Amino acid sequence: MELAMTVGLAVFQIAIVMGVVLLSVAYMTYAERKVLSFMQDRLGPMEVGPYGLLQPIADGLKLFFKEDIIPSSANKLIFAIAPIICLVPALIGFAVMPYNETYAAFGGEAGVISDLNVGLLYILAFASVGTYGVILAGWSSNSKYAMLGGLRCGAQIISYELALGLSIVGVLLLSGSLSLREITMAQDGGFWHWNILLQPVAFVTYVISAVAETNRLPFDMPEAESELVAGFFTEYTGMRFAFFFLAEYANMILVCCLASVLFLGGYEAPMEFLNFIPGFIWLAIKTWALLFFFIWIRGTFPRVRFDQLMKFGWKVLIPITLANILFTALGVYIYNN
Amino acid sequence: MMQVLFYYMAAVTVVSSVLTVTLKQPVYNVLALLTMFFHVAGLYVLLNAEFLAVVQIIVYAGAILVLYLFVLMLLNLRSDARHMHRQWPFAVLILGSVAAMLVGAFAGGGFGGEIGQYSTAYIDSLGGDTQAIGLTLYTDYLLPFEVASLVLLVAMVGAIVLTKKGLVDDQVED
Repeated sequence: MELAMTVGLAVFQIAIVMGVVLLSVAYMTYAERKVLSFMQDRLGPMEVGPYGLLQPIADGLKLFFKEDIIPSSANKLIFAIAPIICLVPALIGFAVMPYNETYAAFGGEAGVISDLNVGLLYILAFASVGTYGVILAGWSSNSKYAMLGGLRCGAQIISYELALGLSIVGVLLLSGSLSLREITMAQDGGFWHWNILLQPVAFVTYVISAVAETNRLPFDMPEAESELVAGFFTEYTGMRFAFFFLAEYANMILVCCLASVLFLGGYEAPMEFLNFIPGFIWLAIKTWALLFFFIWIRGTFPRVRFDQLMKFGWKVLIPITLANILFTALGVYIYNN
Repeated sequence: MMQVLFYYMAAVTVVSSVLTVTLKQPVYNVLALLTMFFHVAGLYVLLNAEFLAVVQIIVYAGAILVLYLFVLMLLNLRSDARHMHRQWPFAVLILGSVAAMLVGAFAGGGFGGEIGQYSTAYIDSLGGDTQAIGLTLYTDYLLPFEVASLVLLVAMVGAIVLTKKGLVDDQVED
């Protein structure tokens, strides 16, 4: 009976979190098109439903019914599994994301699917596995555009993952834990306890590397359409293409969600008197604000060159993050003594 | 339950290790090795060493193996000559005798070695394996740790010097 309860609770939470994430992915594409349109003085999707609100569903149905083409010279096995290797790590990270304060459900405590004591590292580990999907997709397509896209993506993700991981270390030093729930709880009691005020440099480097990690403009070299057609997924169609699409947007939501938890207090309200609004709504607000920022960046900046991207990653971001770790460690040491 | 999981992890680890060296397509070898890393990480989880498990994936799967895959893609190897080196009977002989010795030792009741001082209960009393590793690494094993990082630094500098050698001579004006 106890086991049934535990499993029931886990399934209940997984269903909720996955439902919200997939719905957010769908409406993230809509939001992106709308926001970009307004920035460019257009209307964006208007045909399907009121204000085009049903557009993501129409797009999903279209992709679902499209023919699944596997190029004749492709490596069929790897071509088939690469989108899955890409999508699973993007979704699995939400398992350790604390989306609310603990509440009672099914005779247990809910609020996070699994409060792993190394939750943060778990997300980083699976983020690095997603790279395999991209590289293998590029290789197995047996096409030069896909191959170049895959290589660029691999190089970019490996470089910026370092900067991303190093920006997080400052937060770890402050909160003294790798569990995302404990990091959130260390920031409760108003926005002046949030890590962004103590770690502004780390927040900036984190956001820059997160944009590069998720291959977004202005760092979208792996899929630069003016030079590489569509990058690593040039040869993909139908559902397999949709998987890459889902993975990219799910990754964006994941890095923004993680940024909210690490730097913006996660599900904690910014002021004490706002505590009556449930935690998951605060997390959603913070995540969507960051997602809006991502779209805003895309609408504002031109694409950088690949060598500039690499130089910036290795010669600017990584030294800054290392210096930040040094000063944070010194500060924590002095403060504790 | 733990036993079932252990045998699953152990079996997949062994099978994928064998596949890593026997499959013909180099990219498949890398994927088999990736499977192996994941299942070794699973073994660490069964031993309550979550930190080691995650670091195993970050370091080996996330960093090292991706670079292997990178190089393999660029080279696009056709692997025919690599298999069945002409000295393979010697290899079978040596590995076979080592395996026989191991099987004999385990059948005779293991090696009878001492159990280390770091039991899972002791590690829990320190506050988890992350803390336990941190404490041991930066107190008891501080010198070996620093030596290892120095060796890695030297290797890094060496690699940069080797790759930059030609470039510096060619592009003086740059």
